[in-house]
Amino acid sequence: MTIQILRSQINDYQTYTLADEEMTLLKALIKIKATQDATLTFTAGCRASVCGTCAVRVNGREVLSCAHKVRDGDMIEPLNYHPVLRDLKVDKQPAQKTLLNATAWLHRYQEAVLTHKDERFTERQTDCILCDACYSACPVFAVNPDFLGPFALTRAYRYSADKQESEVKSIVERVQHNGVWECTLCSGCTLVCPKGIDPKMDITMLRSLVVQHGYEDRTFAQMGFGTPDFGSEFGFDSNGEF
Amino acid sequence: MTDVLIIGSGGAGLSAALAVKEQGASVIIASKSTPTTAQTSMAQGGMNAVLGNVEEDHISMHIADTIKSAHGICDENMVRKMCADGPLAIAWLERLGVPFSRLDNGKSGTGSIAQRKLGGASAKRACYAQDYTGLKILHTLYDNCLKEGIEFLDDHFLLNLVTEDGTIKGATFLDIRSGEVVQIDAKSVVIATGGFGALYHGYTTNAFGTTGDGIAAVLRAGGSVSDMEFVQFHPTGLKHSAILVSEAARGEGGYLVNSDGERFVDELSPRDVVARAIFAQLEQEKEVFLDVRHLGKEKLMELLPQEVALCRLHEQIDPLEALIPIKPVAHYTMGGIDVDDALEVNGIKGCFAVGECASAKIHGANRLGGNSLLEIVAFGRFAGSNATKHAMFARTTPANDTQLLKDKDYIAHIFTQEHSVNFYPIRQRLGVLLYHKVGIVRQNAKLQEALSEVIAMQVAHARMGIVDHAKAHNQNLVEFLEFSNALLLTPTLISAAFSRDESRGAHFKIEFASEDNERFKKHIVLKWKP
Repeated sequence: MTIQILRSQINDYQTYTLADEEMTLLKALIKIKATQDATLTFTAGCRASVCGTCAVRVNGREVLSCAHKVRDGDMIEPLNYHPVLRDLKVDKQPAQKTLLNATAWLHRYQEAVLTHKDERFTERQTDCILCDACYSACPVFAVNPDFLGPFALTRAYRYSADKQESEVKSIVERVQHNGVWECTLCSGCTLVCPKGIDPKMDITMLRSLVVQHGYEDRTFAQMGFGTPDFGSEFGFDSNGEF
Repeated sequence: MTDVLIIGSGGAGLSAALAVKEQGASVIIASKSTPTTAQTSMAQGGMNAVLGNVEEDHISMHIADTIKSAHGICDENMVRKMCADGPLAIAWLERLGVPFSRLDNGKSGTGSIAQRKLGGASAKRACYAQDYTGLKILHTLYDNCLKEGIEFLDDHFLLNLVTEDGTIKGATFLDIRSGEVVQIDAKSVVIATGGFGALYHGYTTNAFGTTGDGIAAVLRAGGSVSDMEFVQFHPTGLKHSAILVSEAARGEGGYLVNSDGERFVDELSPRDVVARAIFAQLEQEKEVFLDVRHLGKEKLMELLPQEVALCRLHEQIDPLEALIPIKPVAHYTMGGIDVDDALEVNGIKGCFAVGECASAKIHGANRLGGNSLLEIVAFGRFAGSNATKHAMFARTTPANDTQLLKDKDYIAHIFTQEHSVNFYPIRQRLGVLLYHKVGIVRQNAKLQEALSEVIAMQVAHARMGIVDHAKAHNQNLVEFLEFSNALLLTPTLISAAFSRDESRGAHFKIEFASEDNERFKKHIVLKWKP
């Protein structure tokens, strides 16, 4: 089989030929580097979908190299909206800065009674491996590089929903600017998450939390009343709730 | 000049950094990758701490289990300290927000943390977060590092420690992004670079980069290593991909069966016993499988969702309906940098080592499941705190640039070095060699063969070099440096195994099948002579 990989130096696709056997894309990349082209650059770690290092785009869709079975004709590219450092290796620092901007951590601990149900409530959100697949799939970054983005908002939501957090308000304040209201609810993030996390739902939950805290519901502002069809194009039913 | 330089951004490094910060000192974390990609993310089963949330438990029982698993060669004071620190470490993590699995007992704080029993434990002691315990601890630590404004230097590959008169002054790194060699001056250093399981390339659960870079740097700086012969093999790696199936699969009641459908070992015995029993079956040309079908779909998806997904992806089987083919694989290296009871590297003042890279004499001949996460958190904090104390009194004059210039020359030399031999296949060959000759079952004759082959590889090393001559982001160069570290460490592993003419814990030698306390109830400590 042959696959094509976008090389940064030539800014073009390079074709590589592989044996026709079942293997993960990561295994294929390692083989290429070891036997065909030592200059091919990519990042990888655990091989078991948990270290978050090896996300790339295959045929336009974000995947973990270690969890994608490579197929004839696959086009491999680096993640979107990340500065490309070399070939498939991208700079994750700007994206990771969203965690800082969202203050996605436990602000102030309070002791609480927790149950198995509480654990399950944000179990999925804490499965996040920071692979940046969702960030790459988020169209908002095309127009707003300061957007907090899916993984930071999911993480902010996870802490806001923690009964041990006594300062939920601090999180609520941070996620409003370039945050929950800028999201178009397109589901791009949810579709590509290798851990089955649903950032779109988390953002929706954060929106209601924000409103509960007495802040303006900017859903409507975002929908742009008076500009017909704008809402529906972004996954909204503009007549639905109204 | 920073107070404390931490090398490595896994659980041990981040715990150490937070401890430094708590005490008001300045700290930098340098690592060859980015934070949260560390091996810690792969720890699944749990973290031991005597809470007694599920059943009666005592710290004395945890100590006794650890010593039993270590087969006597551990420092009881260190074991006592670590076990006593367990509940404190969990309480600390709880306050940071680690999302532990919970019981429905109506209790608050750590009182509701669920605990399960892992192999070799006398009680349900391992606190867990589904089967993502390490991942969730690591990410919560990272969130807290961001909260505390801790500085991270990504893409910094450790080259050498900088020392003056036996005292640490900092370290040199290859900045992978620019290709420059840089020196970071520091009053204290904490090495938290992980183990060397990747020497068993293709036969290990470890990531490729687990090449013992920090251990090799200590050897080059004149420090020593100990307990290198003790490599823990995890009984249940997936047959084709060597990916780990958590011990929790057996802890929750999974069976091991051979191709005749027979169970052949008590699944909850210590890892070394189970690994050898499986290896013996494989030697008899029988296949070995893990059977979890009887646990039922609901329990499997709740307790082992990750395993189910990995089996489907890498082995093309569904564990709900089929047997999982397995082989034992290198999983954890008990030995490493020889440290004293303050975790200070013997021979280098102000330099501390913690986590899998260190030989803190707690795991001895075999690590108890659930003690590695405990070690990185409890001792990570201990190392950070000790490094801070050292920094308070350390001299602030930075080192001269002797080491820096030497390392610049070395990197420049690699670019001009002949590369007629491709090191990637050799890396693979080293893995096969170690698995078969320095693996689960050892024999002096085979160890000697292995050593000669490794020496041949070291000789060929001069002709290996790199093909990629780009200055920035040269992963070929990084992997070459990693492999060079692996080649430096391998002889210490083989020599230690050769010297130990007995069987103890993870080290099993056919011709000396029992423990010989008179001659070998001790640590084998090695140094490197260039």
